Amino acid sequence: MKSELLTQNFPQITWDEPSKSFVVPHMDLLDVVDFLRSHPDFNMDYVSNVAGVDWLPRKEKVKGADGKEVEIEKPGYLEAVYHFYSIKKKHGPVILRCRTDGRENAMLPSITPFFRGAEFQEREIYDLYGIRFSGHPDLRRILMWDEFQDHPMRKDYREPDDYQWEPTPHDDVLEKAKMHYAEAG
Amino acid sequence: MAVDDGLKSELQKAGVFITSVEGIYNWGRRSSVWPLQFGLACCAIEMISAACSRFDLARFGAEVFRPSPRQADLMIVAGTVTKKMAPQVVRLYNQMPEPKYVIAMGACSISGGPFKQGYNVLKGIDRYIPVDVHIPGCPPRPEALLNALMFLQRKIDNEHLTGINRVRWYDDTDPADFAVPSFGAHDLEPACNRAVWQPDKIKRGVA
Repeated sequence: MKSELLTQNFPQITWDEPSKSFVVPHMDLLDVVDFLRSHPDFNMDYVSNVAGVDWLPRKEKVKGADGKEVEIEKPGYLEAVYHFYSIKKKHGPVILRCRTDGRENAMLPSITPFFRGAEFQEREIYDLYGIRFSGHPDLRRILMWDEFQDHPMRKDYREPDDYQWEPTPHDDVLEKAKMHYAEAG
Repeated sequence: MAVDDGLKSELQKAGVFITSVEGIYNWGRRSSVWPLQFGLACCAIEMISAACSRFDLARFGAEVFRPSPRQADLMIVAGTVTKKMAPQVVRLYNQMPEPKYVIAMGACSISGGPFKQGYNVLKGIDRYIPVDVHIPGCPPRPEALLNALMFLQRKIDNEHLTGINRVRWYDDTDPADFAVPSFGAHDLEPACNRAVWQPDKIKRGVA
């Protein structure tokens, strides 16, 4: 398996060394996936995992043109991480990361038409992170109920305040418990 | 009204058995508590184990696990009750004929357990239905379930058919149905049944 083959054929994708994965622009995802599946050197016939990641907007210090450090605002985005293996050729994984344009109305192309095994995983990402997959045959919530409107695995999710007290509250739970001290008297 | 033990003994020697209606009702009920065959998570494995030969729930007359709520007397809430499952649990409880009893088995069903801080698990089934016996443990061993059943039998023995302390199902003013929560946009609605359950009012020294 030659990983360079992928970057040669698709110059727009980049290799991310710390996570050992390719970062793929979402408009090219389906082409890359089709290439991985059909190219005889890769022959990826199995998608073992599709996972979601939430990246909040963050501030980052970079060196400006004049050598001074300036703080820039990096926008947040959601990300889907795909792990491909080839059972036929006994190699893998090839890891792809695909980022959305923003955290609101996030859209990615669905790979379910290529890999049926991704169907439930994409539904789970839709349920918990709120990425909508265009081209998915049956995009519904899979874990939470249909009337539910939040996406609980997002980092800015606030769960309903439905536990009355903690025996040993600390940190975030302490802050939450304090709001109930007044009503307890 | 209790029957004098000495008189009872004398009459038995003559082949006459006497008892109170209440006594024979309670004897019948506690001797054949049929549980609903209903497991939700890993506690169900312990419940199955309690029903099998090593622990043998049949010794207490409770081995007949019924597949239908219409034939069951006891609901063993064995496991994590997710918010998605909670309306179905309440509905099953409503479908059971009275008299009916509930054992909340394990940390999850009594308080949410390790999932208490999460978004998807109900923080105790006693928010929606009245629970007779709580068993702590994660999961409780089968002996704990047997102990809970014996505890429930003692509780049934002390029930009254008439008078001010009569059981709920002989009181016409008490509702037989418990409100089934509906799926809301962020949580179950309502988040608890205030007629059944009130939040603990716990005072703290340092706030």
